[in-house]
Amino acid sequence: MRNICSIYKKELNSYFNSPVAYIVITVFLLFSGWFFSSNFFLMGQATVRTALTVIPLIFIFFVPAITMRSIAEEKKSGTIELLVTMPTRDMDIILGKFFAALTLLIIAILFTLGYVITAGLLGNLDGGPTFGGYLGLILLGSTYLAIGIFASSTTENQIVAFIIGFAIIFVFFMLDKVLIFMPTSMVSILEYLSTDYHFNSLARGVIDTRDIIYYLSLTAFALVLAGRSLESRKW
Amino acid sequence: MIDVKNLSKSYGETLAVDNISFEVQKGEILGFLGPNGAGKTTTMKILTCFMPPTSGDVTIDGLPIWQDSLEIRQKIGYLPEQNPLYHDMSVLDYLRFVAELRRIPKESVKSRIKYIVEVCGLKEVITRIIGELSKGYRQRVGLAQAMIHDPQILILDEPTSGLDPNQIVEIRNLIRELGKEKTVILSTHILSEVQATCNRAIIVNEGEIVADGALADLQSTFHGLDKINLEIKAPENGCAEKLRAIDYVKQVTEKEAADELHQYVVEVEKGHDLREQIFDLSVREGWKLLELHQESTSLEDVFRQLTRG
Repeated sequence: MRNICSIYKKELNSYFNSPVAYIVITVFLLFSGWFFSSNFFLMGQATVRTALTVIPLIFIFFVPAITMRSIAEEKKSGTIELLVTMPTRDMDIILGKFFAALTLLIIAILFTLGYVITAGLLGNLDGGPTFGGYLGLILLGSTYLAIGIFASSTTENQIVAFIIGFAIIFVFFMLDKVLIFMPTSMVSILEYLSTDYHFNSLARGVIDTRDIIYYLSLTAFALVLAGRSLESRKW
Repeated sequence: MIDVKNLSKSYGETLAVDNISFEVQKGEILGFLGPNGAGKTTTMKILTCFMPPTSGDVTIDGLPIWQDSLEIRQKIGYLPEQNPLYHDMSVLDYLRFVAELRRIPKESVKSRIKYIVEVCGLKEVITRIIGELSKGYRQRVGLAQAMIHDPQILILDEPTSGLDPNQIVEIRNLIRELGKEKTVILSTHILSEVQATCNRAIIVNEGEIVADGALADLQSTFHGLDKINLEIKAPENGCAEKLRAIDYVKQVTEKEAADELHQYVVEVEKGHDLREQIFDLSVREGWKLLELHQESTSLEDVFRQLTRG
């Protein structure tokens, strides 16, 4: 536990001591802010729904950009050899890095509360979908982060890590968009596996444990895979 | 303390370490010598629990390395080859980070860092970012990192690479000092380093141990030929012939000849000191002796003899 905490602190510091965190947050807010404000006044509704449904799209390329460095860089510079020869478990390293990336993502998401406040001041904001949407964003974000960290653990090249992460996330995102081409027997399975399907249900304000369990289990699965991939040096 | 038995490691088809066995006692400074690609780094990576061997056993303090990995890793300080560091951290942050991972109790972290900074001469750069430091300072940070938790075993992969001569002397002194109470294994291809710091050397070549023993033993076991370097001033050219006529002389090679100056290397069978005979010969022949000195087999010769094809 102490190890996870040390690695977490170190990772978070390295995000905020370098331009990474600031660029990530700025660009994220630029995109989401544009989507929030561009039709907010046109629609004349006090809702953050559009912004919240666009953010998962931004996440597809944004999250692997946060995580691409996490393990690939350590492999490239050789520092991974230091880390894994210290009295730490491989999984501690993965978890420390995961929670640091999650913290950065949550900070970025929290900044968008500005939109919520704006909408709330201008009209009567519907609390349920807003809360559900934010919960969904955090769960969705952590799933993508875990996938991104797994991608980063498979290579020592950050660009490759980004592309692998992007590809996997994109597939999970697209699963429920291609249902019409699929045989009917597959539809419900694919729908269940789709990250966006579960997000949409949360963003409607329906907080269903099935959705939460889906995200948590996919996150855990990706993190375990990342741990295994880090251990692959021993095979 | 460290017991390696029949250790082998192969990467796919290539065999990097081939069935090596050795033991290291407490208080020993072991030099791990070998040409590039001999398997030194691979062996070290196995000892530090970075990766498992393909076959063979390693026990440290009687504990098998793969079962009590965390326990063992805590006992080892490791400076990997190339000395990887986090270039975006300051020296102090980095040492604090390592101290935490090394499970140094919170209350003694400060005093340990203070001590190690003192020992490694890092005081002036403590707040600097590691990426901005010179190579020598980075090497010291790497050493500080390896020693911060006062480990019983230090494994150093080319500890003095990139240091200037003064620093090299300092680091060697430090290693010798540490070696009094701890076990140190250092790998290097710099032979003088082994001579200056180690009391025992293992020479590996192509994944196998070709020699293992105290330095003095190694030098006497692998006797080759003693060499006498000779410079004389003589009018004639037939000196080499006359030198060859002395008993036990194996070979005489002329290194340089200019006017009347001749330089020879006389190779003599081990254990015979021919300097007197050579002196007498020059007196008889009326040569003027400018230089006469004998070299015994150096570790370098042993090394070359053992590791060349």
